[in-house]
Amino acid sequence: MAKKKKDLKPSELAALREQENAAALAALKKRREKEHKKMLKSKGSNKRVGKSWTNDIGIFLLLFFMGLFMVFPIYLAVVNSIKPVQEVFLMPPKLYAMDPTTENFRDLFKIANNSWVPFSRNIFNSVFVTVVATVLHVLFASTAAFVLSKCRFPGFDFLNQVVVIALLFNSTVLYIMQYMVMATLGMINTYSALILPIISTSMGLYLMRQSMTTIPDAMIEAAKVDGAGLMRICWGVVMPNCKPALMTIIIFEFQTAWNANGGGLVYDEALKTIPVVVQQIAAAGIARQGAIAASAVVLMIPPLLVFVLAQRNVMETMAHAGMKD
Amino acid sequence: MAEQTAKKEILLPSERKMSRKEKRDYTLHEMKRNYMCYVMLAPFMIFFIIFTVVPVIMSLPMGFTSFDMASFPKWVGFQNFYTLFLDDDVFMKSIRTTLIFAIFTGPLSYMMSFMLAWLINELHPTLKTLFTLVFYAPSMAGNIYFVWQLIFSGDQYGYLNAFLMELGITYNAKQWLTDASLMLGCVIIVQLWVSMGAGFLAMRAGFQGIDKSMYEAGAIEGIKNRWQELIYITIPSMGPSLMFAAVMQIVQAFTCDIVGRTLAGFPSTDYKVHTIMTHAFDYGWVRYEMGYSAAICFVLFVVMLVCNNLVGKMLGKYMD
Repeated sequence: MAKKKKDLKPSELAALREQENAAALAALKKRREKEHKKMLKSKGSNKRVGKSWTNDIGIFLLLFFMGLFMVFPIYLAVVNSIKPVQEVFLMPPKLYAMDPTTENFRDLFKIANNSWVPFSRNIFNSVFVTVVATVLHVLFASTAAFVLSKCRFPGFDFLNQVVVIALLFNSTVLYIMQYMVMATLGMINTYSALILPIISTSMGLYLMRQSMTTIPDAMIEAAKVDGAGLMRICWGVVMPNCKPALMTIIIFEFQTAWNANGGGLVYDEALKTIPVVVQQIAAAGIARQGAIAASAVVLMIPPLLVFVLAQRNVMETMAHAGMKD
Repeated sequence: MAEQTAKKEILLPSERKMSRKEKRDYTLHEMKRNYMCYVMLAPFMIFFIIFTVVPVIMSLPMGFTSFDMASFPKWVGFQNFYTLFLDDDVFMKSIRTTLIFAIFTGPLSYMMSFMLAWLINELHPTLKTLFTLVFYAPSMAGNIYFVWQLIFSGDQYGYLNAFLMELGITYNAKQWLTDASLMLGCVIIVQLWVSMGAGFLAMRAGFQGIDKSMYEAGAIEGIKNRWQELIYITIPSMGPSLMFAAVMQIVQAFTCDIVGRTLAGFPSTDYKVHTIMTHAFDYGWVRYEMGYSAAICFVLFVVMLVCNNLVGKMLGKYMD
């Protein structure tokens, strides 16, 4: 090159740039074509790379053995719940029940039914608290998460910080303070005391927020141009694209609400939930060894069902989910 | 793109160095323009502020008081913190234990969760659900870890002891949960077992949220193996879920307490599984020295905050 770059006139400089660009573009095109040809030659051009039979089997086996370790203790709990008393204290302990019985479960319900309030009342409490808390939390937290991830307004950064800090804060005194707030509002020993603390945790909100940040802004802009309001964008555009996260917070909330025992905020027998009653029964000690296992199994079933339903829902929606750029 | 321009719009006036009044007017104007945002935030924020933020703010100063739950808290300044760091041997021991637990239930469990979530994602849909369930199950049932008591039980009824004796490896029952040299390992195993919780499930959701066509596009663009796929497509697409999982894991790692307390008893032999959180429980709910307990929790909170910021910086580019 005869002249240095800075000596060139603006028009010459522009021409030079165009030339360079054209050259680069041609090179890129050539490379793409080459790769494309290679892709076409290799079989199954629209399949994922590195996907093979042997790989899949290897992964399956690895997960299978790790899964055994995870499941084994739960299996033991199930086996213990169907063992009759004499087998629980057998030497050496057996990994299966020789004479399976439903005695422990019947015991559990018999004791539960003999308490002050009918067991059906406890079941109602648990179902009511779980459903109300889960539905309200998911509705409120998703709406708030949308605003906290996709809108800019004064206080935006501050609120986002508060949500994370609240997650990290964990103190023995917190429960006392919560009790004081509840007492001031006259909510001790009511359903509100069971439901509201669950609604007000920020974990679900944070998960939704994190998931929503991956939704492209272009999608929201497009909806805005089409004249949709924020509410409409949130539930019509963003939420359908966050199905996995939505199902996950449903699982979390259901589980939290189902295991809620009200702490010290509820003491009326008529307001107690199933976990509390079951704990009371199991607290009787060694004689109820089988009943403890039975109670753990019974308590595990509803969250398990919700989990499977939610996961299946995710699979179905993701199968024909389309747009996401 | 749009996000950046939106940010700029807010930033621009501040570059012009406004007077205080101008700034206030501008903020008010912005608030009015975005009033819908506040309406949508309101339902959640009302409950969140009343039942979470207010109690948190009320608990913060408790560490500087002497409070026995019966009488009104008395202000003692930094007294609690002096005692904690200069005069409390058990606390020093609990820091060590907490760090050991934190390494296993923090980074190690985090990486394991990620690897597992990734491997599960490569499988057939039905197997996906099954394995997700299998690895998440321990966290699903509130206190199922009590089963480990049956396994690690110190007599011959314990499954592990019975198994080892049957094989002739040992001839007398080992005290898995009371022997000071064995219990830490046992509790760590159980901690790991229950640690595939919220973080793991969030990662699974993150994987599920990735658009499959990205991989096809990646293959055309010249991605050669699954490793490259992971680095260039998967991780960038699920960054925010990774951050969520990290926060969950930090909380879990530093607040290990109940598993050790249930399995190894409280107090445990030689304070072997005595974590900071156990220490706070001890002072709060056993000795009713709530002020001191709050001080312990305050220290823990600060440590967690620092950790969170560090991790946030490491995953920084995926934060938003």
